[in-house]
Amino acid sequence: MILLDHIHKSFGKTEVLHDVNLRVGEGEKVVILGPSGAGKSTAIRCVNGLETPSSGSVFLDGIEMTPKNRISLVRKHCAMVFQQFNLYPHMTAMKNITLALVKLQKMSRAEAEERANECLDIVGLREKAMSLPSQLSGGQQQRVAIARALATNRKVLLFDEPTSALDPEMQGEVLNVMLKLSHEHGKTMIIVTHEMGFAKQAADRIVFIDGGLVTVDSTPDAFFNDPPNERVKQFLSKVLY
Amino acid sequence: MSNGPFALWRWEMLWSDKAVIFDGFVTTLLISILALLFALLLGVIFGLLGTSDRKTLRMVNRVYVEFFQNIPLLVQVFFIYNAFPFLGMRWSSFMIGVLGVGIYHGAYVAEVVRAGIHSIPKGQFEAAKAQGFDYLQMMGYIVIPQTIKIILPPLTNQAVNLIKNTSVLATISGLDLMYQADSWASQGRLSYGPAYVVAGVLYFIICFPLASWARWYERRIKSREHIQLSDNAKDELMMMAEDVL
Repeated sequence: MILLDHIHKSFGKTEVLHDVNLRVGEGEKVVILGPSGAGKSTAIRCVNGLETPSSGSVFLDGIEMTPKNRISLVRKHCAMVFQQFNLYPHMTAMKNITLALVKLQKMSRAEAEERANECLDIVGLREKAMSLPSQLSGGQQQRVAIARALATNRKVLLFDEPTSALDPEMQGEVLNVMLKLSHEHGKTMIIVTHEMGFAKQAADRIVFIDGGLVTVDSTPDAFFNDPPNERVKQFLSKVLY
Repeated sequence: MSNGPFALWRWEMLWSDKAVIFDGFVTTLLISILALLFALLLGVIFGLLGTSDRKTLRMVNRVYVEFFQNIPLLVQVFFIYNAFPFLGMRWSSFMIGVLGVGIYHGAYVAEVVRAGIHSIPKGQFEAAKAQGFDYLQMMGYIVIPQTIKIILPPLTNQAVNLIKNTSVLATISGLDLMYQADSWASQGRLSYGPAYVVAGVLYFIICFPLASWARWYERRIKSREHIQLSDNAKDELMMMAEDVL
């Protein structure tokens, strides 16, 4: 359902992605691991067109993404959760969630609010519906952002280091919500993270990106218990988990 | 009879001719409003161009802004007034006031708009794009509402500057407040003192409330945020206010 086909990406003279190939099937939970600056975020941002590959193609459901069809493809398939939450600060949690439902999916306000409440229930924040982002803790903001991503009912959820900006005590509440989502069969999830514990529990597949290349693509079991190469061993030994 | 610059009889003369000054005042107001609308229109368009991903569009913004900001308004106005007729374009002073002053201040408004949009975190644009909003929706629902709060004070400064700058029209028989005050004094008993004082007071009367209003508006937006409601939730705000009362 998602295919990154020979993706190269350069920023100026720096080549961040050398040749990334990745296929993610419907309903799969893929965790992308790798050292900082290896291109993990850039790769996931190519999936919804936030980055345009310098060469190579992105396919969603067999359709190649172009500048022209990017918006309609994204509307149909993708939602994203960011490291910095990126809630709209001038809107309540409720409004953050309903905006796309009302304006893009043409739901009535009542329908949208009902849907928003369902999603706020999933992340355990129904009582915060009328709060502004500035009144929520980081963890709560990220949970609202997850609810916002869920509400549009798109099949692919992209998580770009969703807990990296959070205090350790707030990471747990966000990871728990994500873990809960990972049990849903229909959702495809691609998650860039440094949370090894989460990766072990939630992932169907671990993809290791290093130096702009996918160097390992394996099951979590194999990845953690029997590291496929020295580079991964080295990486895992440096990460506490 | 005293011949001082502010002698009482000069004030009495001015009072009896007050209709002339009032005429100028109304003309200045009218030109200011129309020029301001024009400047806002140009400023928003060119400001948005200045935030474009495309280099050529950003260049268009730079050329417009740098050209009009770095040539004195007086030179521009004189050029339109005296040189345009040779190109077959004869604009009335009123037109020059609206269009000339509007274009000049549009460059400043464009800078305010551009800076305002740039002050919105990149993540806001990305969140909007990731949700599938197109450019106009992203700007209309997410970016501009946040920008307005930030740019309102500098925008008001521009409005005040614009009003004051319409006084250059006095040099091209603009029939504006400054022109009427000056020509009234020079054609009569040279009562420049009262004429200029009154003109100054009248400019102040328009500009000062404007600046005060902007300050008030800014505070109101901030306090509304403080009571924990987005400005998209006006209904809730009203209901809450009723509950409290």
